Amino acid sequence: MAEAKEMKQVLFGPILSSNPIALQVLGVCSALAITTKLETALVMSMAVISVLAFSNLFISIIRNHIPSSVRIIIQMTIIASLVIVVDQILKAYSYQIAKELSVFVGLIITNCIVMGRAEAYAMKSPPFMSFLDGIGNGLGYAFVLIVVGVIKELFGFGTLLGFEILPLVQNGGWYQGNGLLILPFSSFFLIGGLIWFIRTIRPEQVEPKE
Amino acid sequence: MSAKKETFGKTVGVVVAVCLVCSIIVSGAAVGLRSLQQSNAAKDKQSNILTAAGIESSAECNVSCTFDKFVETRHVNLETGAYAEVPDGFDMYKAANDPDYTVPVKGSNVGFQRRSSVASVYLVKDETGTVTRVVLPVHGSGLWDLMYGFLALDADGNTVRELVYYQHKETPGLGAEILNPSWQAKWDGKKLFKDGEVVIDVKKNANPENEYAIDALSGATLTSNGVENTLKYWAGENGFGPYLKNKTWKS
Repeated sequence: MAEAKEMKQVLFGPILSSNPIALQVLGVCSALAITTKLETALVMSMAVISVLAFSNLFISIIRNHIPSSVRIIIQMTIIASLVIVVDQILKAYSYQIAKELSVFVGLIITNCIVMGRAEAYAMKSPPFMSFLDGIGNGLGYAFVLIVVGVIKELFGFGTLLGFEILPLVQNGGWYQGNGLLILPFSSFFLIGGLIWFIRTIRPEQVEPKE
Repeated sequence: MSAKKETFGKTVGVVVAVCLVCSIIVSGAAVGLRSLQQSNAAKDKQSNILTAAGIESSAECNVSCTFDKFVETRHVNLETGAYAEVPDGFDMYKAANDPDYTVPVKGSNVGFQRRSSVASVYLVKDETGTVTRVVLPVHGSGLWDLMYGFLALDADGNTVRELVYYQHKETPGLGAEILNPSWQAKWDGKKLFKDGEVVIDVKKNANPENEYAIDALSGATLTSNGVENTLKYWAGENGFGPYLKNKTWKS
């Protein structure tokens, strides 16, 4: 059994010190597309956390039996199955949000974070630690999504989780919504800004000059 | 990575085993949750029709109960405007590609090439069984993709009550404002026809007093044009025109 300190490092390390989006710049595509509303960002985070945790767990359980020549395909099969299951569950229990997320749940399959963690961590580590690593990296992903989602929904629509915070001009209020923030590509600026911010307070994350 | 687990037989065995387990999990989830998903999709459609009907479901009577109570689903032969019989599970959007129903769309910029010859309509009735509103399914292209919605008319077949879109891919904050309640409210009381011609117009700076014009969405010209084309097509001769002219629901 790994000691508590290492478990804590595996679980919470990816949130700031080795964030999969901010430090490794993985999984950016989905982070761009589905952060327009905080609610979709939250559901997407949950979906990614569960897929990451369970794909890490299952891959780690059978890691000693996976032939290295076909390991990527086997990882892909497991990840894809989990994504389909998550997609089906979303459609069954949260139809409205599943409709909004549409294709992006399916695209978790191509999210590099999932493959990356399976290959880099789960193939070498025992199941329980891999499971924690999956949750940790999922939390790191969720952290970025939630920050971006809050900024975009608050300043783009004047709402948070659908509740009106800044009354919009269209609805008789005073706040003129920021049209740029509503569009998917504004996440580029926000994620860029976030990476800059994290690297300013954690200078050790800056890559050395070549 | 010992040599032992690289044998051909072992590799095939592991792959087959993984595939088997994964396929069982996937098909189990798909089959086990299918009925729940279908009832969700049906309920979603019903709740949109109820919104267009201007009826709210209550705590005692949920969406499907309210729907069964006030709404009657009928099918219309678009060419004659008369009611038609269709098999159970008929879907007018799927039927557009069914050789038995398909009709090419010509001379219109509504944005699709084929439609079904038979369309669903939803008759909204009050307690006494009199038709108070007619809800028509409409679709047409917006800026990015087809927009699907329901158009609710008064029993006179001319006065618009609601235009509710339930599926679209318009730009958030611009075209997606077709879902903004304050824009949707502008449709209430507008008229589709003047002397038998479809005259409804979505244009800039429309006078709110004008019964035949709707203020276009700012920054979403193509979406606004799409809405206008959709209504012109579906209210016109090739759409529900004959049905609305005959007022088939009154007989």
